[in-house]
Amino acid sequence: MLDGILLGLDTAFSFKNLLLVVAGCLVGTLIGMLPGLGPMSIIAIMIPVAITLGDPSAALILLAGVYYGAIFGGSTSSILINAPGVAGTVATSFDGYPMARQGKAGKALTIAAISSFSGGTVGVILLMGFAPMLSSVALLFHSAEYFAMMVVGLSAIAAFAGTGKVIKALMMTVIGLILATVGESALFNAPRFTMGITDLQSGFSFITLAMALFALPEALYLVLDPQRVDADGSSEAIKDLRITRAEARTIAPVIARQSIQGFLIGVMPGAGATLASFLGYAVERNIAKGEEQEEFGKGSIKGLAAPETANNAACTGSFVPLLTLGIPGSGTTAILLGALIALNVSPGPRLMIDNPSVFWSVIISMYIGNIVLLILNLPLIPYIARLLTVPRNYLIPFILFFTMVGAYIGQNNATELLLLVGLGIGATILRFADYPLPPLLIGFILGGMMENNFARAVNLTDGIGFMYQRPMTLCLLIIGLLLIFVPAYRRRRARALQKGVALGD
Amino acid sequence: MALDKWIAVVFLVICVIYGYSAYTYPLLPFERNMTFLPNTMPMVLSVLGVSLALLILLAPSPKADALGDALGNINLKKWREYKVGQALGLIALMTLYALALRPVGFIAATTLFLVGAGWTLGERKLITLICVALIGALGIWYLVQEALGIFLRPLPWFLC
Repeated sequence: MLDGILLGLDTAFSFKNLLLVVAGCLVGTLIGMLPGLGPMSIIAIMIPVAITLGDPSAALILLAGVYYGAIFGGSTSSILINAPGVAGTVATSFDGYPMARQGKAGKALTIAAISSFSGGTVGVILLMGFAPMLSSVALLFHSAEYFAMMVVGLSAIAAFAGTGKVIKALMMTVIGLILATVGESALFNAPRFTMGITDLQSGFSFITLAMALFALPEALYLVLDPQRVDADGSSEAIKDLRITRAEARTIAPVIARQSIQGFLIGVMPGAGATLASFLGYAVERNIAKGEEQEEFGKGSIKGLAAPETANNAACTGSFVPLLTLGIPGSGTTAILLGALIALNVSPGPRLMIDNPSVFWSVIISMYIGNIVLLILNLPLIPYIARLLTVPRNYLIPFILFFTMVGAYIGQNNATELLLLVGLGIGATILRFADYPLPPLLIGFILGGMMENNFARAVNLTDGIGFMYQRPMTLCLLIIGLLLIFVPAYRRRRARALQKGVALGD
Repeated sequence: MALDKWIAVVFLVICVIYGYSAYTYPLLPFERNMTFLPNTMPMVLSVLGVSLALLILLAPSPKADALGDALGNINLKKWREYKVGQALGLIALMTLYALALRPVGFIAATTLFLVGAGWTLGERKLITLICVALIGALGIWYLVQEALGIFLRPLPWFLC
């Protein structure tokens, strides 16, 4: 491990990579602060830039910096104008916005930054311990287990999609898998399902899909509903960023608890930063005593520190399944996985052996990223916050333009733009109807790998016997099924209980 | 019928067509003896897709969840208050941009797109708009061309 850390230090501390961390954090914060643009859209927009860097470590360092910056920027807009751009920072606005209203915006931002920093740093330390461990287990995995693992990942993502959305999430996953079968694949001899369109022969481009699913609907939403961002109060000057020692002592235990809890939630596929932040908030509110509990929701510093710590720790945690198993647990890590594949790195248990410099430099640059956010962004926040006043008439055309340029330079093909617009309209309609979009992208990215592993397993055992011949595969598949059916069963039972129906025995 | 059910119908149709084309997929002669065929997984997927679409169609609609409201998700019932015209205008502009990018060249097409989009959104200070759009287009072109090294034809077809 020490070798790895040294290797990582060596790579991450090169001038270029340091610059990339700083640039990534800044860009992430800048764009993440714009209401309506979440980390997924920002990373999707940044991918063409990252890919053209050519060096996988550099690309991942940049994207991880952007990711961190975006989460940080998102909490800034939650606190200042009560417009969380990301689901993961909704809980931040519960107490952050009331604090800003009381004129304590500066303090709230500092607490958010310190909590994010601690959550992120503890998360990285845990990641360093966890990932090699999990990775050595994962080396025992066979193609059958990989297939089963992907089934578990996909069903977990569907299962955590939220009440009443599980079937829709599964539907989206299947659509994603179907999209992945379009075009040529490594296994077979002819392109499939291209409907005779030559441009589809190489399949759907992942960047186009990512832009169409996340960036474009967000921008169109901003157009449709201007009220979404027109919250006032951003013009007040932000001053007094300091916190007192007593306040630091109050939030310290919260940060300690939430770093670990958030990380563990982040490791689970599909749970992610949103669940971590809400759970963190809820847990801290329940633990708090008397007066402090009353404070929650009215500007409690504990209530601000909890979700901020938890969502950053969870972001780091979500890198565990990505780097060790090659299975993304969230939309954002799915996009990162796509970028890595485009750079010819396949994340998975072999990553640490084949490309140790990628793995360790990413971890080290996460530390650096956290520090950059703390010491560089915090003092700059009052200035960066002016960005919130960029008029919509200029902001939206540029967002649309960036999504299109991103899709275009990936392929240098104008058909890609038409595809982008078409898919974007589809995605917007899907969001209207409350269909979750991340499962679609994750399904699309995992689709090819899943089919390859499935095919290999089927060929090795000459049939689907591998599903029950290998205990680990069987266990994983059962877990996958349970993940989908247990919540549905429990909900039905709860409904039956409400109606007063006897449960039987 | 609610919008999500209509979408389920669309998915159902897509999955049936997909399943049919998977079922009738022209296998190569030597592929016929293989255990795993190019249409194995597509057929499984279409069965899954059809059953899920039917489930969505038949299950009762769930209530809106609290998180969605907190995030300010768009409520379809209020669509009259939304600026649908602007959104459609922008989509039309994007389509035009896609078609014009190659022949007109990057700089002109982008500037026109940015000005058009700003105008559609209600900006009327034309001079500022054009300046911003031109600076944006030139800046991005320079970045993509020089920093990223990706060729984008800057000028219309008759100039280069």
